[in-house]
Amino acid sequence: MTEIAIDVRGLRKSYGTNEAVRGIDLEVARGECFALLGPNGAGKTTTVEILEGHRARTGGEVSVLGFDPGKGSRAFKERIGIVLQETGVERFLTVTETIELFRGFYPHPRPLDEVIEVVGLQEKRDSPVRKLSGGQHRRLDVAIGLAGDPDLLFLDEPTTGFDPGARRSAWKMIENLKSLGKTVFLTTHYMDEAQRLADRVAIIAEGLIVTEGTPETLISRDSATTNISFTVADPTSLPDRLGARAVVNEHRVTLESEAPVDDLFDLTSWAKQAGVEVSDLQVTRRTLEDIYLELTQQKDAGSE
Amino acid sequence: MNDVAQLFRQVRYNNKAFWRNPASAFFTFAFPIMFLVIFNGIFGQSQFFVPAIAAFSIITACYTNIAITVVFLREQGVLKRVRGTPISSVSYLVGRIIHSVLMAYLLVAIVSVFGAVFYKVDLPTHTMVPFLVTIAVAGASFCSMGLAMTALVPNEDAAPPIVNALIIPLAFVSDIFVPTDQIPGWLEKVADFFPLKHIAVAMGTAFNPPPGSSGWEPGHLLIVVIWGVAALLLSIKFFRWEPRR
Repeated sequence: MTEIAIDVRGLRKSYGTNEAVRGIDLEVARGECFALLGPNGAGKTTTVEILEGHRARTGGEVSVLGFDPGKGSRAFKERIGIVLQETGVERFLTVTETIELFRGFYPHPRPLDEVIEVVGLQEKRDSPVRKLSGGQHRRLDVAIGLAGDPDLLFLDEPTTGFDPGARRSAWKMIENLKSLGKTVFLTTHYMDEAQRLADRVAIIAEGLIVTEGTPETLISRDSATTNISFTVADPTSLPDRLGARAVVNEHRVTLESEAPVDDLFDLTSWAKQAGVEVSDLQVTRRTLEDIYLELTQQKDAGSE
Repeated sequence: MNDVAQLFRQVRYNNKAFWRNPASAFFTFAFPIMFLVIFNGIFGQSQFFVPAIAAFSIITACYTNIAITVVFLREQGVLKRVRGTPISSVSYLVGRIIHSVLMAYLLVAIVSVFGAVFYKVDLPTHTMVPFLVTIAVAGASFCSMGLAMTALVPNEDAAPPIVNALIIPLAFVSDIFVPTDQIPGWLEKVADFFPLKHIAVAMGTAFNPPPGSSGWEPGHLLIVVIWGVAALLLSIKFFRWEPRR
């Protein structure tokens, strides 16, 4: 049994003359939660649909659980679970009936009650599907993905359109999946989601992987890892050492800092000496979102 | 689970979902009876209209129902989802077809019993075998035409008008809504080309066998089957499992 769940080499996909995926490599270990991040239209969904076997690739090597998903074999489909964006189910069946229907498609399904519990739909088990809320519907989608007790679960933008409460509970649910030992392949355009859930992240922009690693390494790889921001009456009066790097928006100043202790010392000693009031001082760690925006914007700028 | 058991399971779930959709279940069953009452009220030929409307109800249960339901399932992403599971796509669609043919039998039974009770028509007790076989052959063929139609329908809103726009006018010229002696020759020629008239004739003969007839219409059934097979080939080539983007 291989330890690698997904192995992708030089994957390409063109639609006519438009190259949606332009040669990407990915490797996902068993039991890992891997997130593919990127803006809309970056090639995320195309990539995940090729891995699921929904779409044929134009070029490259793809191995998922040792299978070529392009062949669409039954043995392959028995071992994966797919949660697509915006897919329906029969609206007139109940939650239990729907999960039962899909369980019947698999040789070794996961017990019904367990599936319902993992996604937290115990209260709604006898409700017809058409009466579920958006968040509950998404839970049912995940339940259907889990029905066959897959080794690998694809989650394509699982929380898009959720309110903050629903997102938190969806995250709990995905963490439950990780604790079941499933390999999870997640696509999302929410950075906080990837940072919270993923063991490893790859960022895709315009059909290419621009960076890859654990959320931690992606953040710390960048030398400037801390943001310092504050408000002063006259930002031009800042000492040069700080002023040269400052990004100013009216009275609000933001600094990307490689040495936050030194910078804060400079800032506070200057303010004390000059008698300047520095308010709303914030020192924050750079988030994956900062890195993401930087990388995807560089990409945009580079292509122009 | 073996394939046959899987198929029965599919049919059972299709059946559950069908009956829980009150609008769809009501119209599938109410329409043929309504047409029977109206046209028989106008023309007063119940022995002709009962098998004619029975033929029409096969078309409703199979062609219309399959075309509209499958387009809906495709646009909602249900087909795509099913395709990501181990069940074979063919078995999934065959499950739908079997359910539709069973609904066709139920509808024909309702129309026939309605005719026997309210219009005192004679039921085809001596030609039961050709009657039942004709329903199955017509049902399967019209399901196949329904599947082929889905390729022409861009989305679920367009499904009912497009699907009905072909069938209702043809029903008027194909010995279904209007007896044939009332129809001009050129229209009859148009009707001869399409499968509706042939199924109406086959059902008519099976229901009211003329003296000396066994109740079979192999020539007419063959034309229906040819349409069914042609539609099946078109479906294999053009059927879509996902909404168009």
